[in-house]
Amino acid sequence: MAAIERPPVTGAGPFNGLLTWVDRRFPMVPLWKEHLAEYYAPKNFNFWYYFGSLAMLVLVIQIVSGIFLTMNYKPSAAEAFASVEYIMRDVPGGWLIRYIHSTGASAFFICVYLHMARGLMYGSYRKPRELIWIFGVMIYLALMAEAFFGYLLPWGQMSYWGAQVIINLFGTIPFIGEALAIWIRGDYNVSDATLNRFFALHVVALPLVLLGLVAAHIMALHEVGSNNPDGVEIAKSIDPKDGKPMDGIPFHPYYTVKDTLGVAVFLIVFSAIVFFSPEMGGYFLEYNNFIPADPLKTPEHIAPVWYFTPYYAMLRAVPPIFGSQFPGVAVMGAATLILFVLPWLDRGRVKSIRYRGPKYKGFFAAFIFAFLVLGYLGVEPTTVWGEFGKGLPLIGGDYVALWAARILTVVYFAFFLLMPWYTATDKEKPEPQRVTW
Amino acid sequence: MSAIVRTDVDEKKRRLLIVATGVAGAAAAGGVAVPFLASWFPSARALAAGAPVEVDISKMEAGQQITVEWRGKPVWVLKRTPEMIAKLKGHDEVLVDPDSKAARQPDYVKGPERSIKPEVFVAEGVCTHLGCSPTLKKEIGAASDMGADWPGGYYCPCHNSRFDLSARVFKGSPAPSNLTVPPHRYASDTALVIGEDAKGA
Repeated sequence: MAAIERPPVTGAGPFNGLLTWVDRRFPMVPLWKEHLAEYYAPKNFNFWYYFGSLAMLVLVIQIVSGIFLTMNYKPSAAEAFASVEYIMRDVPGGWLIRYIHSTGASAFFICVYLHMARGLMYGSYRKPRELIWIFGVMIYLALMAEAFFGYLLPWGQMSYWGAQVIINLFGTIPFIGEALAIWIRGDYNVSDATLNRFFALHVVALPLVLLGLVAAHIMALHEVGSNNPDGVEIAKSIDPKDGKPMDGIPFHPYYTVKDTLGVAVFLIVFSAIVFFSPEMGGYFLEYNNFIPADPLKTPEHIAPVWYFTPYYAMLRAVPPIFGSQFPGVAVMGAATLILFVLPWLDRGRVKSIRYRGPKYKGFFAAFIFAFLVLGYLGVEPTTVWGEFGKGLPLIGGDYVALWAARILTVVYFAFFLLMPWYTATDKEKPEPQRVTW
Repeated sequence: MSAIVRTDVDEKKRRLLIVATGVAGAAAAGGVAVPFLASWFPSARALAAGAPVEVDISKMEAGQQITVEWRGKPVWVLKRTPEMIAKLKGHDEVLVDPDSKAARQPDYVKGPERSIKPEVFVAEGVCTHLGCSPTLKKEIGAASDMGADWPGGYYCPCHNSRFDLSARVFKGSPAPSNLTVPPHRYASDTALVIGEDAKGA
């Protein structure tokens, strides 16, 4: 391959010579063309298509702000809490860097959830994009791990007890659980050893994994081409004159410009949160985390940060079986892992929700509703669960919230497990030949 | 150098060599992974800090309680008087779990005394509600400021959980279960080891 010399670069004016020199040693121009200037994306991308590029922007924001935080943070149980307060009070601009990082964590999940919802709606996980979806789910799982490890670092009460609860989830695994939990903690309690290793995972290991997965995600995407809101393959309609898809436009400049607008709007909202409401009413930064970790005193109400709460609600909804919490943990794990097989559960003939039949639309709406309400139920303390729907003649009496969480957990799984049936028998509309606006 | 002649290649031998190299490489990688994975187990320092604690109870007087730290938790050792032991029976109806059916104690700790020797009671001083440490209220009746019918026990100041002198929780407390009895054994008559099961148990 390398034996064939590429033709000299043209069209770069005074830089032709330099680019030709580079190009014979490193495929800079071909990479630029393949992934930007001559990557043909469908012309009908809509609002939902902002969130992939925004998620990448947030990744960059997190890496840069994170690097600067490590310059003043001390990963030791004795010093961690004070070093975060030091960053907040004494380091010039430290408060801003930390709020950017903490807001970025929530922004990352907002972008990823909307990006995933887009994929679900338009069938972007369908053949031939199964691997894009699988890499995406792996990014989501890595991101959850990254967020969990990072949340311990400020060493506040919520950091400490949140980690305690999550690690104890592993402790419920039959037979090996107890030893596994000790292995994860490196001690009998969440301690200095746990904090130190979580720091290493948070700042080195998982960011590397995330970057690798993002690269794989994009390489797979650019191999098969982007889906679009119609779910119609643009590769089916090639212009015989130039061999390019008739409904495709080059990513650069068309979508780079579009995404730049998205970035501008996103940064306005992001800055508003960072400057005016970085705690977001206790949702982005929990109030209990402004109290240093105290291994001898459990806070009244332990709730994970909002992005984990749908799964936390499922955990609480499943009753202990044979005195073990493991079934709840298994349900929680299954709820995330089931995403991997989604491409093979869908038997619809069309990809996009625009042409799906009423069954799919019904199940999809129920799924989104279940996910959001589970998210709400997971935030609330169990004492509030008794108040949920109180006075209404609903099933469950004082345990309306518990039963709501149980039913919604079933709805969540029904969306996936019944999918082979309802997508195959749905009354779909015919897909158009070409994309529409 | 002569060109490689395809027919001269022993495909079988080549495959065997590739598989053998691959297997050896994988085994080596697995071996190298061992120290990395092992490094996650508790260090010698953490193990030492979590090791069983030996307590000399020879100098304890009847009715005295001492607190020992084990794995970062306060562990109480209470030398009960015969009167205290007698008081453990007779209030079963106001206890949540009088027979300690929930697994919060080793199997060799049975009965209302919840101890190996009735006069020596060992428990983790961590409330099962939210992890505060309850206080000992060993006086019986009105002298305890806990009410005239108080049989002696523990009181958690955080959320008013009440326990008897076997750390069994009274009904109406926010704590859901009795306090935990850690594994313990006697090395000799006066040497109590906390954090280790009795031999053969």
